[in-house]
Amino acid sequence: MMARKVLALNGDEAAAYAVKQCKPDVIAAYPITPQTIIVERLSDFVADGELDAEFISAESEHSALSACIGASAMGARTYTATASQGLALMYEMLFVASSFRLPIVMSVANRALNSPLNIWNDMSDTMGARDCGWIQIYNENAQEVYDFTIQSFRIAEDHRVLLPVMVCHDGFVVSHSTEGVETLSDSEVDSFLPPRTPVYPLDVENPVTIGCVGVPEYYPEIKYQQEVATKKSIQTIKEIINEFNESFGRNYDIIEKYQMDGAEVALLTIGSASGTAKDAVDEMRAEGKPVGLLKLRLFRPLPVEDLRKALSGLKAVGVIDRHISFGSMGGALNMEVRAALYEMRERPHVMGFPAGLGGRDIRVEHFIKITEELLRIAERDVLEEDYRVVGCRGPGCIGP
Amino acid sequence: MKTWEEVPFAGYILEPGNAESYRTGDWRSRQKPVINQEKCTFCLLCWIYCPDGAITRRESKVEIDYYHCKGCGICAYECPSGAIRMKSEAEEA
Ligand code: SF4
Ligand code: SF4
Repeated sequence: MMARKVLALNGDEAAAYAVKQCKPDVIAAYPITPQTIIVERLSDFVADGELDAEFISAESEHSALSACIGASAMGARTYTATASQGLALMYEMLFVASSFRLPIVMSVANRALNSPLNIWNDMSDTMGARDCGWIQIYNENAQEVYDFTIQSFRIAEDHRVLLPVMVCHDGFVVSHSTEGVETLSDSEVDSFLPPRTPVYPLDVENPVTIGCVGVPEYYPEIKYQQEVATKKSIQTIKEIINEFNESFGRNYDIIEKYQMDGAEVALLTIGSASGTAKDAVDEMRAEGKPVGLLKLRLFRPLPVEDLRKALSGLKAVGVIDRHISFGSMGGALNMEVRAALYEMRERPHVMGFPAGLGGRDIRVEHFIKITEELLRIAERDVLEEDYRVVGCRGPGCIGP
Repeated sequence: MKTWEEVPFAGYILEPGNAESYRTGDWRSRQKPVINQEKCTFCLLCWIYCPDGAITRRESKVEIDYYHCKGCGICAYECPSGAIRMKSEAEEA
C-alpha cells in the first residue's frame, strides 16, 4: 500500500497514474499527440504487472471507443484517451456510448483540429463534441487532472448518472508540463471508488438487448429520459466533488470564484488559461480595478442556474473560449452563457473572446486588454461587438 | 404507449426472445411467397435461407408466416423445385 506522496508528473502522467489507481478492467486506446504519454504509461503499468487490466491497442480511435463500448456493456470499468482528430474519428461512437448510458471515462488532451495541421492546444475537439451526451470536465493543471480523473469514474458509474465522462486538459500546456502532484494512497482511492456495480450488464443468464431500433413512436421518450438524467447529474456531480473535498482536503467546485468580492467585471475562463487570467486579475486588483475571475469546470451538463447566480450583479463578463464556432458569436461557451443569462432582468453585458487558437499563447497582457475592454463596456453600458478574437494579428482582433 | 418514465432504461430490451412480437410482415408491400405443396420436396432450403425466420417447419411441410415474412423473395429464388412463387398482394386480394 502506497502512502500519499507528491510526485513530479505532467498532465498526461497524472491522468495515467490516477487511472492505474482506479483499476480499470479494460483500456482500449490509440495514441495521438498530445495524449500519447497517457497511453504509453498505462501500457507500461500493464506490461510491468502494476495494473491488472486488459489493454487493447486498437487500430483506430473509432475501434478504441467501440471496444470500450463493448467492454463497458459487459460491466467492465473502462477507460480510453484521445485528442483532436482522434476524437473526431470517434464521433459516431460518442453518441452510442452516451445513449447506451455506459460509464466510460475518457481523457482528452485538448488539441486543435486540422487544417492547417496543428498539434497544439485549443478546444476545437471537445467543444465540437459538446452535443454528444458526454459529461465534460475541464481542468486547469496536473493536480486537477489527477483529482478529477478519479472523480470521473465515481461520477460516471453512479447509478443516478450512468453517463460517459470526458475529463479534459489542455494539450502541452498541461499534458506536457511537469508539476508536483499530491497523489492519494491506493487505499484512499479504493475507499472513494468502490468496484463498479453494473445495472444491466450483458450476461447470458439474464439476456438484455442494447442498441435496438428506436422507431419514431419511442425515440423521443428514450432521448428525453437521457436528457433528464444528464440535467439531474449536476446535483450528483456536486455531491461527489464535496465528498472528495472533505475526504482529501481539496476545495473544488463546478464554478470556482477568484477575487470576486466587490468585482464589477469578470473573466469567465475554462481550462489552463485560468491560471494566467488569475495573474492578470491580481495585477488589475493591485491597481484598484474591480475585476474578478470565474473558472468553469463543468461544461456538460451546463450548470445554468449556478452560472446565473455567479454572474448576477456584474456589469460585464468576458468569456474566454479556446475555439471558434465558425459563423456565429465566437465560441460555444460565450453563446451558451449569453443564452443562460438572457431572461435575467439584471444581466451583465457578455462579450466573447476566443483566444489561444492552435496553441497561440494567451498572456497576462491579453487578459489585461480584455479586462480594460470590459471596464469600458461597464462604464458606457453598451456592448458593440458580440466577440473579438484574441491572439491574432490584423484588424478586428486583439493581437498578436 | 409508455411515457419517458416508463420506457426501459436507455431503450434496452429487458425481455429476451421477444423479436416475434415485432411484425416485420407489415413491411411487405408488393409480393408475397406462396408454396405449391405439390411441388415441395421438403428439402428445407427455404427454411434455412429465410432471413426473417418466417418459414415454419411442420411435421412434413413448410408454411409461410405472413406476420413476419417481409416479401424479399429469397425463398423463391433458392427453392430448387420451383415450389415457391412470388404473387403480388393485389392478385391475391
Ligand atoms: S419472401 Fe423472404 S421473408 Fe418471406 S418467407 Fe421468403 S425468404 Fe422469408
Ligand atoms: S425450398 Fe422449396 S422444395 Fe425445399 S422445402 Fe422450401 S418450398 Fe419445399
